[in-house]
Amino acid sequence: MGIVRASVKSALGVALAFGATTAMAEAPKRGGVLTYMIPADGGPSLDGHRETTYAVVHATAPFYSVLIRVNPDNPSSTTDFRCDLCIEMPKPTDNGLTYTFKIRKGVKFHDGSALTAADVAASWNKIVHPKPGVASARENNFVMVDTITAPDDETVVFKLKFATLTFLPALADPYAYIYSKKKLDQDMHWYEKNILGSGPFKLVDYQIGQSIKGERNPDYYHPGQPYLDGFVAIFAPKQAVRTDAIRADRAALEFRSLPPSARDQLVKELGDKIKVQESDWNCGNVVTPNHQKKPFDDVRVRQALFLAIDQWKGAQALSKIAIVKTVGSIVFPGSPLAATKEELQQMIGYWPDIEKSRAEARRLLKEAGQENLSFELLNRNVDQPYKYVGTWLVDEWSKVGLKVAQKVVPTGPWLDEMRSGDFTVALEANCQNVVNPIADVGRWLPHEVYRENYGYFADAEMIDIYNRMLKETDFAKARALMRQYETRINAEAHQLMVTWWYRIVPMRSYVQGWKISPSHYLNQDLANIWLDQ
Amino acid sequence: MGRYVIKRVLLVIPTLLGAAALVFVLMRLIPGDVCVVRLGSSGGTFDPKAVALCHAELGMDRPILVQFLDFVWGFLRLDFGTSMWSGAPVTSEIWARLPISLEIAILATVIAIAIAIPLGAISAIKQNTWIDFVVRVFAVGGIATPSFWLGIVSLLVVLDVTSALFGAPWMPPIEYVPIWQDPIRNLSMAALPAVTVGYRYAAVSMRMTRSAMLEVMQEDYIRTARAKGLINKLIINRHALKNALLPVVTLIGIEFAFLIGGLVVTEQVFNLNGVGRLFVQAVQNQDYTLTQALVMLTVMVFVICNLIVDLLYAWLDPRIRFS
Amino acid sequence: MATNIGTIGLSPVAANEPKRASRTRRLLRFFRRELLGTFGLLLVVVTAGTGVLAELLAPYNPTANDFGAMMEAPSWEHLLGTDQFGRDLLSRIIFGARTAMIVGLSSALVGGTIGLVMGVGSAYFGGKTDLILQRVFDVFMAFPLIIMALAVVAIFGTGVQNVIIAITIPLIPRCARVVRSSALAIREVPYVDAARALGFGHARIILCHMVPNVMAPFLIMVTAFVGQAVLAEASLSYLGLGVQEPVPAWGLMLQGGAEEYASSAPWIAIFPGVAIVLSVLGINLFGDALRDTLDPKLRKR
Repeated sequence: MGIVRASVKSALGVALAFGATTAMAEAPKRGGVLTYMIPADGGPSLDGHRETTYAVVHATAPFYSVLIRVNPDNPSSTTDFRCDLCIEMPKPTDNGLTYTFKIRKGVKFHDGSALTAADVAASWNKIVHPKPGVASARENNFVMVDTITAPDDETVVFKLKFATLTFLPALADPYAYIYSKKKLDQDMHWYEKNILGSGPFKLVDYQIGQSIKGERNPDYYHPGQPYLDGFVAIFAPKQAVRTDAIRADRAALEFRSLPPSARDQLVKELGDKIKVQESDWNCGNVVTPNHQKKPFDDVRVRQALFLAIDQWKGAQALSKIAIVKTVGSIVFPGSPLAATKEELQQMIGYWPDIEKSRAEARRLLKEAGQENLSFELLNRNVDQPYKYVGTWLVDEWSKVGLKVAQKVVPTGPWLDEMRSGDFTVALEANCQNVVNPIADVGRWLPHEVYRENYGYFADAEMIDIYNRMLKETDFAKARALMRQYETRINAEAHQLMVTWWYRIVPMRSYVQGWKISPSHYLNQDLANIWLDQ
Repeated sequence: MGRYVIKRVLLVIPTLLGAAALVFVLMRLIPGDVCVVRLGSSGGTFDPKAVALCHAELGMDRPILVQFLDFVWGFLRLDFGTSMWSGAPVTSEIWARLPISLEIAILATVIAIAIAIPLGAISAIKQNTWIDFVVRVFAVGGIATPSFWLGIVSLLVVLDVTSALFGAPWMPPIEYVPIWQDPIRNLSMAALPAVTVGYRYAAVSMRMTRSAMLEVMQEDYIRTARAKGLINKLIINRHALKNALLPVVTLIGIEFAFLIGGLVVTEQVFNLNGVGRLFVQAVQNQDYTLTQALVMLTVMVFVICNLIVDLLYAWLDPRIRFS
Repeated sequence: MATNIGTIGLSPVAANEPKRASRTRRLLRFFRRELLGTFGLLLVVVTAGTGVLAELLAPYNPTANDFGAMMEAPSWEHLLGTDQFGRDLLSRIIFGARTAMIVGLSSALVGGTIGLVMGVGSAYFGGKTDLILQRVFDVFMAFPLIIMALAVVAIFGTGVQNVIIAITIPLIPRCARVVRSSALAIREVPYVDAARALGFGHARIILCHMVPNVMAPFLIMVTAFVGQAVLAEASLSYLGLGVQEPVPAWGLMLQGGAEEYASSAPWIAIFPGVAIVLSVLGINLFGDALRDTLDPKLRKR
């Protein structure tokens, strides 16, 4: 009896204490300036519609609003989308072909002018149907959109060509800043060199290559936000410098990812002055054999290439030194559309018994007459994780008798060699902004459909499965089609996903409110961040 | 003398032209281009339409010869064009990064001269004593140590020592402020890089000072002065050092030009937003206009330093001065 | 008095003057006088020997990943510890000596030889040839190494031979210039003109009369080049433009992983750097002693 009462009391006490601390921790404090680092050199321009590098998002997202976005308080969800400028998430009408958004009233740009539905429509038209001479990097994500109109000041209507599950996630694109129609009418290229948004922060200062600073926007429409008085973002491409800066509190964090060694070192030295958030990442490395180069036109050789790799052990070992962790196939591992472990282990390159797998690889190579094959692996001159994964792959392939040398080149020549088809086997990467699995797996389609697929193969069956999946609105059926699609790619050994990346974000403990997500492009407007100092 | 000066200055032109042609050709031999890097580097989608658009925007679809002439003509008018990566004028890109690089270069030079000349002179005077050995090993160490390794190790040492002594690790600031705004912060940022770069600079100058002094001290007029009984110290100061200084000064001038190369790696290590880092970025981004401008800048510095040295020697040589 | 660096070792010596003392005696005198130089030579011999005998000396395979032993501190099993892939650092440094020697010697010898030929040729032929060649030397000396290296790497790919090419290019004009100023002084000496008048061919005069007299500065330059080449490889690898994984090379070992783990596993960053410093130190000390010996002006009385 006494024991039960005591344990209930202690349980209650713990619950109360936990509740109390949680309650106390939840109340955001206003004030303070957040200093963070951007792990890149400055991006080419400041126009989010045009650029593809995360450096632009990390530098400019705090200044802008978007139409809808992944819930900033639950950004790891792949289905929780919330309104930013709209009032509520609309239900599609007209058999899924029409989406009508109601826009908030009273939103102002930083120069005082009002933001209306016309601005939203103009910005989205720039993204989806750019005028000639205007570049839009994600135009291809919106092939399903027919028209975008603003019948009045508070309504924006999207009409689609066909109903699809991929539209809403695509709409939550973090690069889809809402610009001022007035400025766009004056000059479509104005936003490449200028910043004028309606977001939580106003631009204070931009020093090329050095830093960008913002201060609170007092007219921000989400009540109470932003909590910060301002922010300073410093461009710091060198990783050792970033780790040291967090260690010495020259900056609070960086928003992309640090490798496990940095995390371990910071935790060891700073103890409770540092906290770490981790998440699976919607990025992964891909081994792409060039089907046009002998002997990789032979499916047996390609299969052998994949069978030689021990993904399970390799991921585990690499996760200690590189920003990789999870083994998965073409779908983001955290998504309900992804394959289960049992389904994975049936596929080439994922067999749990590596000896059996390698024996099969050797057998296939012998059968194809390529036992002592030697070739060059084209890799990108970036440490994390490209060079680590490359070095690991070379070692794995040596275990079935393949002699591989790495050809490591800077980004420009790496892209160019893939585009020109001059390579034999390439290690590339696949990163997506928002977790949108059906749209994301479009990049595995053959070159004739998806120009950036450098495998240079043809496969009509794949295209057919994909088209059916794109137009499928029932989740269970879509998942079944996804499995078919995945199995087809794997059986033909077109390309192999090796090790999904893993995000590790250590930060000084006083940074509160920011939650990690699978994409380093998401949740960067800093509106819900506050400092516990 | 006048004719020599004119001839020498004119000879600068083919060098510059040669350098311009070389950088122009080399950059375009590298596969890929700035448009491809800009649009494709995130592994996302980019289509040939966007690439073609980008090429047209940047004037990369014009005939090669036209592009080259444009570059040379622009250089002559001191118009270096706009950066292909960022679209900002090249001059403003370089100007924004010049202060920190110049500061480090000047600080390194000051450190080098302050260390090199006294140590080099002492080493020469006390030749073959243990002082000489120590200084010589110190000097050769400076030449043998990769500057970026020195930078990494010195940062590490600073962090660990401050962590051990004060409990909280200290590192130089990563955000640049100009020296007039906050001199202490600015200097704490520049100190370690300047020492790292300056060590090698000092080492080379030290060795030159030593060997020049040694040579001069064996000259006949020094031996005569010694024979006459003048005190050693006077001899050294008045005759030897002054005459030894000429080759030392010329070496310092020439090495300053090579300093820029040293800055490239140093700025990487310390994350300084300087010209060296800009250079690496420009090359990686295959930004033709910016790279070309930076290379021409480097070559100009080198050429001018050499020109000054040559003219100085010519002036000192009576055969040329009075012709 | 103005000193021209290029005139070191320059008292025109006709090829057949009798040696002043026997070889061995001069060698012994060298070792006795030049303590530092001898020490330097010792370091060089150790480095070269390590490179040659790498297979015998290294306890482990330098490119074998061992994911069970990543980033281990120095211990009896791994005397210098392991790197981020679990590879034994001592073995990698030993094999790295081989890469360093290959890169260093190849670049120095090839660069030096081509520089010698061009420098002497430029001095000998004089006139327009000399002027043009001088400009070419200037261009390549002023040109930043990183672009040349990037171009070579991007066009030809990585690999030791391409790194050697990239490093050799800036060495050629440096050697050519020094050799040229030495050779210029010889050019003026009357017996060269006499030889021409006697009908000797260009090649014979160059090889028999001019080259032997510039050997002193040439040798000094070549020894200096070996050190510079090792350092250049380190810098290029640091920038990612040099040798690539998993080839063991000291510069490559300092890149990427070393900086990343400098605080948590400092041995990865420290030991390769020490190896570079010691070997280049040795080369330079030896080169200094060589110059002191060969330069009559600096010879001690």
